[in-house]
Amino acid sequence: MNVMEFVDYYKILGVAKNASDEDIKKAYRKLARKHHPDLNPNNKEAHKLFQQINEANEVLSDPEKRKKYDQYGKDWQHAEHFEKSKESRRQSTNFGGQQFSGGFEDDEFSDFFASMFGEGSGKRSRRKTGFRGGDYDAMLELRLEDVYTTQQQVVTVNGKKIRITIPAGVENGQKIKLKGHGGPGHNGGPDGDLYITFNIVNSSPFRRDGNDLFKTEQIDLYTAVLGGEITIDTLGGKVKLKISPATQNMTKMRLKGKGFPVYKQEDQFGDLYITLQVKLPNAVSDKEKELFTQLAALQSK
Amino acid sequence: MQSENLIAVNEFCTGHHIDVTFISTLHQFGFIELTTIEQANFLIIDDLPRIEKIIRLHNELDINLEGIDAIIYLLEKINSMEYELRVLRNRLKLYEEPQR
Repeated sequence: MNVMEFVDYYKILGVAKNASDEDIKKAYRKLARKHHPDLNPNNKEAHKLFQQINEANEVLSDPEKRKKYDQYGKDWQHAEHFEKSKESRRQSTNFGGQQFSGGFEDDEFSDFFASMFGEGSGKRSRRKTGFRGGDYDAMLELRLEDVYTTQQQVVTVNGKKIRITIPAGVENGQKIKLKGHGGPGHNGGPDGDLYITFNIVNSSPFRRDGNDLFKTEQIDLYTAVLGGEITIDTLGGKVKLKISPATQNMTKMRLKGKGFPVYKQEDQFGDLYITLQVKLPNAVSDKEKELFTQLAALQSK
Repeated sequence: MQSENLIAVNEFCTGHHIDVTFISTLHQFGFIELTTIEQANFLIIDDLPRIEKIIRLHNELDINLEGIDAIIYLLEKINSMEYELRVLRNRLKLYEEPQR
């Protein structure tokens, strides 16, 4: 059986046990201004703190609740009957195997609060009677190669399957909005939105800067000196590259339009920058040594 | 009445337990756009997150509209700086990752 944790509301608000109503109000206002979710977007810690502050204020600003809390609070251990309802209240939201939290939808009171004062006894009405449904945030991990082309994926949000289109060229850390896939609206209000943040993992041979790609290609000494043609892999397929005679080590070449697709700009691509690294032979045969010696002699003349 | 992109101000106010005059004040302040169809005012659904944020800041933190205006400006500034930070972080990877 889980032991329910005691919540020290005085500590949360940073006030003494004998704090006056005015002190509590002041402390709550100050902390709420600091940790309000609207002032701390994308900060889950602040959201959590705000919930705790709200809960503490809910109890300590209500004389009846405060009295009960002061009287029984510390001795409150665990309520077996509550464990079941707690499980049913906890809605975990799965998104492609990853958990994500809803925006204002999940600002429930703690188990401790619910067990002491009963479910639904909170006045979180200011939020609960909201109109538009809450927004959900989700994280989706994709490979660089995956976002080279526009693709569709089916993901599960709150048990509902949603087909989403991921436009080619999405950047690492970019957030897209899926309208109406958040929490349900209240009182005839529209549903919230689902925000997906992309975590693009790059284990490809390319480095990416926006729409441009960078890659190092090795060429042998003879191709560098005499010139020739090499075939390189791009994300869009193989490309032939002409090497001029006497190409220097670390020469950079730009392949226009062979980079990454530009987000939501059809048929537009960045460039691919190739750095040519001249590979010297690891070992030379007697014959090669003889020929290199002749070349060296020619150079010194 | 609710069209695909609009929501009646009355309906919104009922849902939020706020007075219609508050929406008019927000409109006068330049916070929101109102669309009038047959003498009825409508809000653009895409504006609802912004309007609800204003309502929350006003109701939950007792911030006046001038203060909210400043907050929204600063939040937008933070947002654009976060975007810049993301782009720069991604660019930094170019130099931190081993050469490919």
